[in-house]
Amino acid sequence: MPGEKANPKAPANVTAGKKPAKAAGVQKKAASAAAPKTQPLEMVQPAAAAAKPKPKIATVSMAGCFGCHMSLLDIDERILKLVELVEFNKSPIDDIKVFTSRCAIGLLEGGCCTDENVHNLQEFRKHCDILVSVGDCATMGGVPAMRNMITLKECLDEAYQNGPTVYNPKNLMPNDPEIPLILDRVYPCHEVVKIDYLLPGCPPSADTLYAAITALLFGEPLKLPYELIKYD
Amino acid sequence: MSDKTITFTIDEVEVKARPGQTIMEAADEAAIYIPRLCSLKGLSPFGACRVCTVLVNGRPQSSCTQPAAPGIVVENASERLHDIRQDIVEMLFVEGNHFCMFCEKSGNCELQAMGYRLGMMEPKYPRLWPRRELDASHPDIFIDRDRCILCARCIRASREQDGKHILGFLGRGPHKRVTPDSSDGLVQTDAAVADAAVAACPVGSLMRKRVGFGIPIGQRKYDHRPIGSDIESGAEVPDERK
Repeated sequence: MPGEKANPKAPANVTAGKKPAKAAGVQKKAASAAAPKTQPLEMVQPAAAAAKPKPKIATVSMAGCFGCHMSLLDIDERILKLVELVEFNKSPIDDIKVFTSRCAIGLLEGGCCTDENVHNLQEFRKHCDILVSVGDCATMGGVPAMRNMITLKECLDEAYQNGPTVYNPKNLMPNDPEIPLILDRVYPCHEVVKIDYLLPGCPPSADTLYAAITALLFGEPLKLPYELIKYD
Repeated sequence: MSDKTITFTIDEVEVKARPGQTIMEAADEAAIYIPRLCSLKGLSPFGACRVCTVLVNGRPQSSCTQPAAPGIVVENASERLHDIRQDIVEMLFVEGNHFCMFCEKSGNCELQAMGYRLGMMEPKYPRLWPRRELDASHPDIFIDRDRCILCARCIRASREQDGKHILGFLGRGPHKRVTPDSSDGLVQTDAAVADAAVAACPVGSLMRKRVGFGIPIGQRKYDHRPIGSDIESGAEVPDERK
């Protein structure tokens, strides 16, 4: 079992509308900079928002396919509003590789299938106030977790020795120290660190992501309509 | 007949039932939806999934099997029953291997729809990742036991509607599984693609081959309306197979 065991009893539920203790801080940072929290997003004054430091968002893709990041980009022109509201820190979107400051929200794509994923995830927990598991891979393992029913040895044997298309006359197994060490199975994020919110979907739709991120920024309870929560 | 009418209450609403009706049947006619998975109109009640659990005079009962009785007080749409039902659905998710993201039943799946309706984001229990065998021997249909929730709808439909008796349970506890009555798989039985048993599966377990992903996202059964909406709107009890 890698890392610290999260509280399996209660992965936070986005629709429950319950706010983790630290959400208040985010609300303060975001709302004081932008507007009263009831004010619609269109009303945000860019000048006022620029005057004070913006809350920071970090994102990462671990054992995922970048589909959830693509879905985030799918918010179309709303991304202009989003960059007025927030600043991206460590993220593939701006290619910042290490945390340079504390972040309000960490968006996690993908579960953990290597020790590098676990390390990444622990860094996120260390540097972010709120962690959101975005997408099925982060919340349950997703497609990579299809190997969870098979032992690791069987999996590697099939991939590098017995598979019908394998050509490996020296019978080599990948063992370069540069390659992250593969875990015994794929772990959803909340089995490795504490996760504050879960957003299922493959990927969660752009509307779902935008609604969730803005609600977190404004410290509002998040009540997503029926159509925005899907497991596929 | 009218003097035999049974009167009782569900969540303090007066409901009438005919003798022999179950609580669920009476509720359906009164446009009150009780969540369910193993119950299917036209099949004998079974009481396998327990999602339809209600409190009858304070005691938990499965409403699909419990007969309506005069004066009983039934609790259905309360928070504690919601929590119990969500727990059951979450346990069904962790007991199997449910990959909604590539399942051809997704959008039309009653288990998934129940998760949506009950507001499940991800089961609070750790997933068990059992190893289950696929039976793809038949040319037109397959059994994917990863997705099976042991509701016995296919077994009952095969016996009661197809008159074939070709499916049954084998094993106990975590080893329990749906199996055809041939050790050589489904192909050695009378199973046919038009069987009521195939249509009766609420999940993607007993499925027709070569018809997956036929309905675009956005037009599937539960894309826009929660499961149970038609009962709540007073429509005739739907056949979930259609």
